[in-house]
Amino acid sequence: MNVPLTHLQRLEAEAIHIFREVAATFSKPVMLYSVGKDSSVLLHLAIKAFYPAKPPFPFLHVDTTWKFREMIEFRDSMAERLGFDLLVHVNEDGVRDGINPFDHGSNTHTHVMKTVGLRQALDKYGFDAAFGGARRDEEKSRAKERIFSFRNAQHVWDPKNQRPEMWKIYNTRISAGESIRVFPLSNWTELDIWQYILREEIPIVPLYFAKKRPVVERDGMLIMRDDDRMKLKPGEVIENRMVRFRTLGCYPLTGAIDSDADDLEGIVNEMLIARTSERQGRLIDRDEAGSMEKKKREGYF
Amino acid sequence: MRHILAENLVATETVREFIAEQEQKSLLRFLTCGSVDDGKSTLIGRLLSDTKQIFEDQLATLERDSRKYGTTGDDVDFALLVDGLEAEREQGITIDVAYRFFATPKRKFIVADTPGHEQYTRNMATGASTADLAIVLVDARQGVLRQTRRHSIIASLLGIRHVVLAVNKIDLVGFDRDVFARIVADYTEFAKDLGFSSIVPIPMSARFGDNVSRRSMQTGWYAGPTLIDHLETVSVDAAAEQPFRFPVQYVNRPNLDFRGFAGTVASGSIGAGDEIVVAKSGKKSRVKRIVAQGGDLERAIEGQAVTIVLEDEVEVSRGNLLVAPEARPHVADQFAANLVWFDEQALLPGRSYIFRTETDQANATVTELKYRVDVNSFAHQAAKSLDLNEVGVCNLSTQAPIAFDTYAENRATGAFILIDRITNATVGAGMILHPLRRASNVHWQALDVDKSARAEMKHQKPAVLWFTGLSGSGKSTIANLLEKRLHASGRHTYILDGDNVRHGLNRDLGFTDEDRVENIRRVAEVARLMVDAGLMVIVSFISPFRAERRMAREMMGEGEFIEVFVDTPFEECAARDPKGLYAKALSGEIKNFTGVDSPYETPENADIRLETTGKSPEEMLDDLERWLHERNIAQRPLADECGSI
Repeated sequence: MNVPLTHLQRLEAEAIHIFREVAATFSKPVMLYSVGKDSSVLLHLAIKAFYPAKPPFPFLHVDTTWKFREMIEFRDSMAERLGFDLLVHVNEDGVRDGINPFDHGSNTHTHVMKTVGLRQALDKYGFDAAFGGARRDEEKSRAKERIFSFRNAQHVWDPKNQRPEMWKIYNTRISAGESIRVFPLSNWTELDIWQYILREEIPIVPLYFAKKRPVVERDGMLIMRDDDRMKLKPGEVIENRMVRFRTLGCYPLTGAIDSDADDLEGIVNEMLIARTSERQGRLIDRDEAGSMEKKKREGYF
Repeated sequence: MRHILAENLVATETVREFIAEQEQKSLLRFLTCGSVDDGKSTLIGRLLSDTKQIFEDQLATLERDSRKYGTTGDDVDFALLVDGLEAEREQGITIDVAYRFFATPKRKFIVADTPGHEQYTRNMATGASTADLAIVLVDARQGVLRQTRRHSIIASLLGIRHVVLAVNKIDLVGFDRDVFARIVADYTEFAKDLGFSSIVPIPMSARFGDNVSRRSMQTGWYAGPTLIDHLETVSVDAAAEQPFRFPVQYVNRPNLDFRGFAGTVASGSIGAGDEIVVAKSGKKSRVKRIVAQGGDLERAIEGQAVTIVLEDEVEVSRGNLLVAPEARPHVADQFAANLVWFDEQALLPGRSYIFRTETDQANATVTELKYRVDVNSFAHQAAKSLDLNEVGVCNLSTQAPIAFDTYAENRATGAFILIDRITNATVGAGMILHPLRRASNVHWQALDVDKSARAEMKHQKPAVLWFTGLSGSGKSTIANLLEKRLHASGRHTYILDGDNVRHGLNRDLGFTDEDRVENIRRVAEVARLMVDAGLMVIVSFISPFRAERRMAREMMGEGEFIEVFVDTPFEECAARDPKGLYAKALSGEIKNFTGVDSPYETPENADIRLETTGKSPEEMLDDLERWLHERNIAQRPLADECGSI
C-alpha cells in the first residue's frame, strides 16, 4: 500500500492538471503574471506542469505604472533567468489622461489602469484562456467562483449563471470572442502558499520581508513612498520603519505592516498569529460593499 | 486553531515543526446541503468562527453587513460570511456553491456550502461531485422535506457514502428528544436504499453553537459526538486500492527525442518498468520513465500529476487511458448511465450532445430514456424527456468508442458531462452504470464497393439538399421542381418528404419536441445511407431545430450537406395555408404547430437562402442550379451530353 499524498501534494497535482487541461484544449492561452507571491507559485507550477518543455504560452503583466519599483526589477530578472516570453501591457489611454491613484481615487485608477488595461491586452492578442492566481479563501465572491470561469465577449462574469463544474471534468468550450479565466490556485489558502514557497524554495519579491522602509501614515494605512510622485499632505511625515507587505499591488494603495519577519519562517509565524486577513492591506476592497464582485464582473481578475 | 497553536511558536524550529505537522494532516472534503432556510450557511459561519478562521476585519465587515442585511436581529448573521454575492445577500438566499477552508489540530477541511433552492440544484451537484461526506441539514421544526430527499439522492448518485444528519434549530423545538428521534427515524427509513455506509444524526443549533464544536448543555439525552468531533475522526478512505488508470491529458513533445504522456493518476499506482496497456487499442508497452522536474520518479500514485514515457512508439493521444494489463476498463460506444439534468432546455433523446469525460470527448445521443426517478418516492416513472433538475437512467451512444469504468468502481473514469452543441452550456452530468453489449457485438462490416465507386458509376457527386422552412413556405414545391430538373439531366435522385415519411417510417412519431428530434434523426440516417449509395437526396422537412440540422450536417461528409433555407415569412405562410393547417393551429385545434406554439429556429448559416416572396419558383430554381453548378455538384457538361437542356 502506498502512502497517500499529502494535502500540499494534492494541491500541487490539481494545479498542474489544470495547466495541462488548458494547454490541451485552448488555442491561445496566457498566464497573468502580477509579480506577487501567488504569481510566483503559479509560475513555478506552470514550469513543473510542462517539464521538460517550457510552458506553451506567454506571460502577461498589466503594468499600472504604479507598481513598486522592486516588483518591476524582480519581474524582469525572473523573465530573463527563466527565459519566458513576457508581455507587458500599459493602458496608454490612461497614461495620456494622467490617471493616478492620488487624484482619481483607487476606484477609477484600478478600473482604468488594471481592469480596462487587462481587457485591452486580452483583445489585442486574442487570448482565449487566461490563468490567474486568485484563491477562494481571499474574498467572499472569489469563494463562489469556478476554477474555469466563463467570460462573454465583453469579458463579463455572470456570477448568477455559472457553468456547473463537476469532478475534474472541465467544460472548456467557448464561441469566438468568449474566453475563460482559469484559477489553478482556487483551493489553496494563504498558509498553503507560504508552506509551498518554503518547501520549494520559490523566489519572491523582497518586499514581503521586513526591512527599514520610508513610510507615511495615511487613511489608517502605512504607505511606502516609492518615488516622488507621492506628495506629502500637510502634517504627514516620512518615517523609516521596519515594515513588510502581505500582498503587493500599486504602491499608493498597498498598506505595509510593522514587522520584524525578515525570513520565510518569520512570515509564517506572523501569519499564524495574525488577526486580520491579507486583503485588509488592499484599499481597493474597501471602496464599497461587494466591491470585489463588482470589479470581477467588469473583468478584473 | 491558528491562535492557540501560534501562542506556542517561539522559534524558527517550532515554525518548521508546525509546518511539518500541517503536512501530515489529512484532508476531508464535505458539503452542506438540505432545504432552503435549514441553516446551511449559518452552520458554516459557525464552523469558521468556532475554529478561529474569521479575522478581525472580516468580523467588522460581518457586523456591518449583519445590520444591513441580517436576519438574526442584533446578533451577527453568520450566513453573510459565505453568501458572497450581492444578489445572495440582498435576497438572503444562497445561489451558488461557496468553498471555504478551515483546519483543526487534527484535520484540514474544504467545505462546499451549497444552495437549497430547487432551481440551483446544479450548483449543489457541483459541490457534491468532489465531496467525501455530506452534512444534510434538517430544520427541526420542518422535518424531512422534498429538497432533503432530492439532495440525498443526488449525493448518493454522486458516490457520497457518509452522511451527517444535522437536525438543526433544535433550540426552536425546546431541545425535544422526541422531535429529534422522529426525524432520525423518518430519514433512516427514507435513506435505506441510498447505499450510505454511515448516517450520523446530531441534534444542533448552528446559530448558538450547540453540538457543533461545543457539547450542548441542553441535550443531555444525546450521547453521540459533536459535529467537529465526528468530522475530525470519520474515515472516508476507499476500501481497496483500484487498478492503475491514467487518463492521457496532454502529449508533451518539446522535440523529436521526447514524447511524454502527461496526466493525473486516476487510481492505483505505477512504477518505472511496469507493463501497461493502451486501453482503446489494446497495445502493450512498458513504462520507461516517470518524468518530473528535479529528477525522475520511481513510482507515481493516485492523485499525482506526472509525465510518463513509454518504451515503445505506440499510438496514444488525449482521451485514451493507460491501464494495468490485468484489469482493463470497458471500451464501448454504448452504455447505460444515471443522468442529472441541469438545463432549462429539457434533455431530448436523439439530440446530439457533446460528451466529455476527464480528458475524452465525443458526440453522443441518448438513445433511450429508461425512466425518471421521483425524488420523493424513488418510483421509476416513464418519461420522454428530463427537465431541469430531474434525475433519470438512460442509454447513451457515442460516435466513437470511449474507455471507461463504471462509476461505482471508479469516480474519475466513470463520470461524464454533457454539453449543448450550440450554447456550450454544461447541461447534464452522468455516472456510468454498465456498458451495453450490443455495440461490441455488432462490428462495422467493411465493404469493398464504397460510396465513391457507386457515385462514379452514376457520374455524379452524392449530396443532401436539406430544405428547411415553415409549413407552407414552398419547400415541397421547389424540391419537387428541382428533382424534375436533376432527373431530366440524368442525375440519380430521391426526395424524402416530411409528410410522406410520416406515413411510413415515422408513423409512430408525434409533434412534441422529443418526437421532432427523433423524426429528424431517422431521416438524417436514411439520407446518409442514400448518399452512401451515391444518390443526390433532397430532404424536405420543416426541421425546426438548429441542433438537429447541425447533427444531420455532421453525419455527412465534407461538402455533402447543403442547407437550403426556404425563407417565407410566417404571415405569408399562414395566408397561403395550402393544407388549412394554420387556421386549425391558430384556433388551437392542432397543438405543437411550428411557428404557432412550437418554435422555428431560423438558420444562421444556411448554404442557400431562398426568399420566396415576389419570386417565381422557376427563378429560384435557376438560382439553385447556378449555385450547385458553381460548386461542381451538378455540372453542366453532363447535361450537355444528354442534350436535354
